[in-house]
Amino acid sequence: MSGAFRLAAGGRIDRAAPLRFRFDGRPYEGLKGDTLASALLANGMHLVGRSLKYHRPRGIVAAGADEPNAIVQVGEGAWTQPNARATEVELYDGLVARNVTAWPGVGFDLGAAASLLSPLLVAGFYYKTFMAPGRWWRRLYEPALRRMAGLGRAPAAPDPDVYDKRHAHADVLVVGAGPAGLAAALAAARTGARVMLADEQAEFGGALLSEGDEIDGRPALEWVGRAAAELASLPEVVPLPRATVFGYYDHNYLAIAERRADHLGPGAPPGLARRRLWRVRARRVVLATGAHERPLVFADNDRPGVMLASAVRAYLNRYAVAPGRRAVVFTNNDDAYRTAFDLADAGIELAAVVDARSHPAGERVGEARRRGIEVLAGSALTGTRGRRRVAAVEVRRLDPGGSAVEGPARTLACDLVAVSGGWSPAVHLFSQSQGTLRFDEARACFVPDRAAQAVRPAGAANGTFTLAGCLAEGLAAGAAAARLAGFGDGTAPPAPLVRTARDGPIRPLWFVPSGRPAARDGGRHFVDLQADVTAADIRLAAREGLDSVEHVKRYTAAGMGTDQGKTANVNALALLSQAVGRPIAGTGTTTFRPPYTPVGFGLLAGRDRGELFDPVRVTPMHAWHVAHGAVFEDVGQWKRPLYYPRAGEDMAAAVARECRAARGGVAALDATTLGKIDIRGPDAAAFLDRVYTNAWARLGLGQCRYGMMCGQDGMVLDDGVTTRLAPDRFLMTTTTGNAARVLDWLEEWLQTEWPGLRVYCTSVTEQWATVAIVGPRAREVLGPLAPGLALDNEGFPFMTLREAEVAGIPARVFRISFTGELSFEVNVPAWHGLALWEAVMRAGEPFGITPYGTEAMHVLRAEKGFIIVGQETDGTVTPLDLGMDWIVSRTKDFIGKRSLLRPDASRPDRKQLVGLLPEDPGEVLPEGAQLVAARPARAIGLKAGRPIPMIGHVTSSYSSAALGRSFALALVKGGRGRIGATVYAPLVGRTLAARIVEPVFYDREGKRRNG
Amino acid sequence: MAEATHKRSPLADLAAGLAGASVPGRVSLAEEPFLAQIDLRGDAADGGFREAAGGVIGAALPLAPNTVAQGGRLRALWLGPDEWLIVGPEGSEGGIEAGLKAALAGRHVSIVDVSASRTAIAVAGAGAREVLAKGMGLDLHSRAFGPGRSAQAQLARAQVILEQVSGEPRFRLFVRASFAPYLARWLIDATAEYRIAGP
Repeated sequence: MSGAFRLAAGGRIDRAAPLRFRFDGRPYEGLKGDTLASALLANGMHLVGRSLKYHRPRGIVAAGADEPNAIVQVGEGAWTQPNARATEVELYDGLVARNVTAWPGVGFDLGAAASLLSPLLVAGFYYKTFMAPGRWWRRLYEPALRRMAGLGRAPAAPDPDVYDKRHAHADVLVVGAGPAGLAAALAAARTGARVMLADEQAEFGGALLSEGDEIDGRPALEWVGRAAAELASLPEVVPLPRATVFGYYDHNYLAIAERRADHLGPGAPPGLARRRLWRVRARRVVLATGAHERPLVFADNDRPGVMLASAVRAYLNRYAVAPGRRAVVFTNNDDAYRTAFDLADAGIELAAVVDARSHPAGERVGEARRRGIEVLAGSALTGTRGRRRVAAVEVRRLDPGGSAVEGPARTLACDLVAVSGGWSPAVHLFSQSQGTLRFDEARACFVPDRAAQAVRPAGAANGTFTLAGCLAEGLAAGAAAARLAGFGDGTAPPAPLVRTARDGPIRPLWFVPSGRPAARDGGRHFVDLQADVTAADIRLAAREGLDSVEHVKRYTAAGMGTDQGKTANVNALALLSQAVGRPIAGTGTTTFRPPYTPVGFGLLAGRDRGELFDPVRVTPMHAWHVAHGAVFEDVGQWKRPLYYPRAGEDMAAAVARECRAARGGVAALDATTLGKIDIRGPDAAAFLDRVYTNAWARLGLGQCRYGMMCGQDGMVLDDGVTTRLAPDRFLMTTTTGNAARVLDWLEEWLQTEWPGLRVYCTSVTEQWATVAIVGPRAREVLGPLAPGLALDNEGFPFMTLREAEVAGIPARVFRISFTGELSFEVNVPAWHGLALWEAVMRAGEPFGITPYGTEAMHVLRAEKGFIIVGQETDGTVTPLDLGMDWIVSRTKDFIGKRSLLRPDASRPDRKQLVGLLPEDPGEVLPEGAQLVAARPARAIGLKAGRPIPMIGHVTSSYSSAALGRSFALALVKGGRGRIGATVYAPLVGRTLAARIVEPVFYDREGKRRNG
Repeated sequence: MAEATHKRSPLADLAAGLAGASVPGRVSLAEEPFLAQIDLRGDAADGGFREAAGGVIGAALPLAPNTVAQGGRLRALWLGPDEWLIVGPEGSEGGIEAGLKAALAGRHVSIVDVSASRTAIAVAGAGAREVLAKGMGLDLHSRAFGPGRSAQAQLARAQVILEQVSGEPRFRLFVRASFAPYLARWLIDATAEYRIAGP
């Protein structure tokens, strides 16, 4: 059977579909339609956890998102989810869950010893207790707190589930599908507007799922069914059950967490997104988020079996579960009398209704008396008894002021206490949208006041607690929202007929005295069950001078649990108001922040994981590189071959071999990733003169020139070779990582500073694939591929461009060199890139052509002293610092020139580019190593010693096959004046010495580029 | 001799993956490789420029942001106040470039062949909007978007130029060649749910 406490009839559960599940290792049975909480209650399990500080037994209190106690870990292994509310976990066959607050189990809990220390665990105990001695923090307090803190364990294995995201746009987004939300959605949808209706529950209906209400003289759920069916039939409506709107951001942008497969458990179809994050932009929003019932704050009100009155109705009516055998109802309002009736109708013994009001006179009170239910008016619960479950309550007379109890105590035996302290509208999203709240004295709750966005609250979320009122407000809000979005005339459809009971007024009662002296009362009056905060804690905080609700929240932790204090906050701030003698309206609420209920990281990550984590950009030759065993490095989002190891080769050996090929034979590099910008217009040369430090006006047709650009601060921004394709047309190349930034830079100057220049820039980075053929035998490879092209130094001089067919493909061939060797960079339309590469490799085979990667490229250029922007430069380096005075024009203006004229730019002790030759030619200095002028007295270690002045750092460092030794480039203060001096790189445990030299190590005469 | 050389599209290796990801009646994915694409810059305020360019395209240059003009075999996509992407069938880039150069000779314009810069992916079918909505914040609903509309937007983590080609709906995504494999894999992944039995 599905539990001894299952009622014989009723409920929205499928009695023909039993489901097995385990809680804390024990097997139970529930029914399809159950939540984990209702299934546990059906099995008589109230005790589901222990409280945070005192480890007091705690039971299921609520039936929805407001549950403070029943926090469980669902599922096992990588699928597991910590921090789930049992009241929201839909039962599936084989579900495994455990409590997260007690160890080894909720019945016997070692942490319960903490309750003996309760006098120490007062408000602000974190701040008071763990102050001193300081070293105890790391050794004792922090480990102990970390063990105690947290709800559940994060899975250690990768999440096997799929999470995805959807953007959506709606004319009207209705949040909440209770009576008000359904009515709003219907009214809006009938106008033809695009409507989204999101509700956190598995089916639409909201509170109606848990109540026995009637609409038009028929069960209300018939109306719900018709409304849901009509909405489903309309093409422009997106109904979203199991979807929690958890964030309301600017410009009516809302985030929804949809649970698509959680209710199927680990057996969900593979590939189906377990959860989906909806990001919705809505013209209008209707918030029909309902309300949360408040508990009453009385002594020992946290004992399992004490539940919200509305939750008792939900378990009775929706799940056909009896939460107890003998009940007491404790209320300050008429609404809770419904619970008394439903309990009686379900055949559950009702000890009494304890009503804090002296003369309750509402229609339902009369009905209770007619039914023979004992109503103890003007009374209050002053305590509860029982170990793991309430066994009895004490009732005394409450004085008219509510500040004391009087007379003898009467004991009522019971195992269920249904409590209602009134209702708090769920204003969380309205408040997140920056709408203001107002305290309504008559209804004793905060209600939405002024909206800050295109939003309108409706129904219980607006403080309208009658069903008739919810329906009418919902219809009106939906019609108005549609009209404001451009649909319909704003006329609300006629409201269905609902009978409204004539209720008497609520009696606000924020603290129920227990009869103890006032100064010592309140220590077991729990305000926030999850954060384990009592009324005494709030009062203590107030006495200690914390009279702002935000301060009290942080000091006591009230409202800081994962439930965000849904059942606690209003009671806490009312108690604070009482303590400081201020009206509640003047105290205000704490800030409501997203998420409304906890959201898993998987949902936020979506599909951005694994190979989709970030785009991997590849060149047309990528497949070849992969097939030939390249090891790749990430350059921005690009994958570039780092080196191509042969069998048995390590990186050093492979790079040395690749370098030798480039210096002694022929080698090839995929240089496709370099940025390329087509620059055209009559003022193109003048424009280049302004953005580059050197002069461009007289560059001949088909000629190439190296250029360097600076920011306005005079610091090196980018460099590259630019070629004149026509009198009014240039092709600029940029570094791989800076391509987009440089284009933005050029556009910014053209659009904002120099709109008069007639220049257009177009990115052609991806249009061209580039193969660099490098080495003394480069001509022998290129020659046969380009029979129409003269390759000798006269016919095709260094730093020029030729257009020709290469391997039958129309190509641009640049004779430029980043290695110092004879070199041709062949550019073809990208879709021919692989064909060109393969043709080059074939043609080069007789000459032992060797593909080389970026590491060999770095070594080869560093041997020549060629800088790499971002490696030798870091935003603080000028062209002069690099010793490149020759590239800085004295005669024209350019971006950064004025900064370079500042005295600071010519300080002799600026860091300057130099070469380094380590004393030990086999030792490669670590890149980034700091340099000092004198050998430190002892090797540096982890212990602090005397600071040593640092004079520079290593920017590039390699072992060179051509030099037969290690070498490096470095930025050293006044470096050019230190040529010949020795500097030291203090490393952990040892110090390396190196001699400062000119930063060109190979072929200083520059002869090799001619082959 | 150029004809003999094999042109290879950025998604050549993923053609089967795209085809296999398509779900009949729901969504289809396919590369449209080698479309001719010419980036045209010029002064939209210059009537002579508009007329001459329009003459080559066979339709007036679109001046409204994010719209497309169709002229015979060519389409012109508005990319900016002074920038258009002229799209034609495979192999027509040389003719378009030459035609524009001739028609616009003597004017300050920029005509750049960018055909190999981007490839195109067609996303079509009843589920096409839903698939795109997984990675794009634009509203593609028929009331907000439609044939003849284009946009430059981000789909997942790649920039695309998007145009709606027909009301089916059929969309064409122009994506830079180096991003194309990523985007194709993202699309294949985004359609995975249609290939499994629903809950």
